[in-house]
Amino acid sequence: MADSKQLYQEVILDHNRKPRNWGVLADATHKADGHNPLCGDRIRLTLKLRDDVVDAINVQGESCAICKASASMMTMAVKGKSRGDAEQLVQEFRDLAIGKLDATGPGHLGRLTVFAGVRDLPTRVKCAILPWHTLHAALNSVASTTTEADADPMHAPIGGGA
Amino acid sequence: MNALHSSLKRAQSDGLARIRDDFPILKLRVNGRPLVFLDNAASSQMPQPVIDRWVRYQTSQHANIHRAVHHLSEVATAEYEGARKKLAAFINAREEREVIFTSGTTDAINLVAHGYGRRFIGAGDEIVLTTLEHHSNIVPWQMVAEEKGATIRVVPVNDRGELIFEEYLRLLGPRTKLVGVGHVSNALGTVNPVREMIQAAHEKGVPVLVDGAQAVPHMKLDVQALDCDFYAFSGHKMFGPTGIGVLYGKAEWLEKMQPYKGGGDMILSVTFEKTTYNVPPHKFEAGTPPIAAAITLGAAADYLAGVGFDLIHAHETDLLDYATDQVNRLPDVRIIGTAEKKAAVLSFVVDGVHPHDVGTLLNEEGVAIRTGHHCAQPVMQRFGIPATSRASFAFYNTHAEVDALVAGIKRVQKVFR
Repeated sequence: MADSKQLYQEVILDHNRKPRNWGVLADATHKADGHNPLCGDRIRLTLKLRDDVVDAINVQGESCAICKASASMMTMAVKGKSRGDAEQLVQEFRDLAIGKLDATGPGHLGRLTVFAGVRDLPTRVKCAILPWHTLHAALNSVASTTTEADADPMHAPIGGGA
Repeated sequence: MNALHSSLKRAQSDGLARIRDDFPILKLRVNGRPLVFLDNAASSQMPQPVIDRWVRYQTSQHANIHRAVHHLSEVATAEYEGARKKLAAFINAREEREVIFTSGTTDAINLVAHGYGRRFIGAGDEIVLTTLEHHSNIVPWQMVAEEKGATIRVVPVNDRGELIFEEYLRLLGPRTKLVGVGHVSNALGTVNPVREMIQAAHEKGVPVLVDGAQAVPHMKLDVQALDCDFYAFSGHKMFGPTGIGVLYGKAEWLEKMQPYKGGGDMILSVTFEKTTYNVPPHKFEAGTPPIAAAITLGAAADYLAGVGFDLIHAHETDLLDYATDQVNRLPDVRIIGTAEKKAAVLSFVVDGVHPHDVGTLLNEEGVAIRTGHHCAQPVMQRFGIPATSRASFAFYNTHAEVDALVAGIKRVQKVFR
């Protein structure tokens, strides 16, 4: 049974109220726009890669609490990580959100497992995944991405093609 | 006066209790709470007599129509054409052949875009639509406009979500070939002055298509009084099944229009040299139609007529007034769409909370509303918001359900405080 009590935990509400790394980097090396046409969420992700490490990352946009908190916590999680490690987190987060990865199992998500609750709310999975989709797009120099059609996380692998 | 009013109310609520009992789905519990279904503008629920009609057809009346000479085919044909007759009476069409069964409102509008638009709209012509339109009354016309080199002109709305009539009059020009307007806005609930708009268009010889998807469940429709050229609506928004809808078209137009789909049943004769089309409505009903759905829609029309639009209107007005008042009392909640004439639709935004979060938290309380852009993105753009939360009522909703909605919004605000 869908239980949003598990989803709207204090940590998510806090990141929604005070999103970290919120803004646009002036000296970004990579950027991408993410759009979820279902609910109108739109975010812009900018990041600075130095020696293949995420040196700085910002997100800005208009979105629901789930998307905003996911973006905020994502920026904290990937900052200082190598591109490869960041991509692995993208994969793990997606698997967590669609219920393929157990929140209590091994993995590198840490506090991000707070989003495990979205798996019971299929319409909200895309909200949580949008920032990660956008990060993946930016790392692969794709200018914009969406949560629909071929890029739909419910149907297609996140890394497919790009 | 007061005594009359309260006795009327009592009679209404007595009637209402009986009406609710007709809808088995309303007894469901969701997330441990009684279901509060306030998403009727997206799709409404089906009463038992209408469900029974579907079952009876499939149990004892089904065969293909208009074809075989055997018993069941004759029964099915009679019931299908009987449903057409019921729908014609329901909307007060002059003739039964003016009622075309489609798969829904979208299909009906596409039929007109193809059959009328591709035939009568050319380069440099104009199609007048309004800011309030659902995407289904925008995109088919954009496709025609692009193909033919025509232009779309858009009637603006004021801050209450009402069409600006003077602007509409200004947009009607010598190149206007069609006006497309929703009877009731799905996103805001605004009831548009379609009678006056049709009159003004007709003075310039311009036909009008009315998208009535959101009007039919709420008000008595009389296409002759409206004098509309086309009127489209869906079965599943008027307590019938999905997959069925109606296009009403004036016979004079239907005769001139080209068919939309080719196939069986829409022809008189076929050779590889030449095909002669059947007459309306059959000309527009290629292939085996959704027979069960059409017959069941006939039962839904009967059911609505039985409840009576006077009662429906009185109760829904009461509910909307009550809900509007209750929501207006909440701090930091803004109602979007405050037209003087509204159907029972309440779109709102909660400051600092995205509608999707509102919807998810209300769902936890068993309250079903719609959140998003409601397939009306131009409306959202007009009001500078990405989305709204929308509660939409049917005659089976109650004041207690409005209370559940309001309590749910209060909880949302508490969670997001």
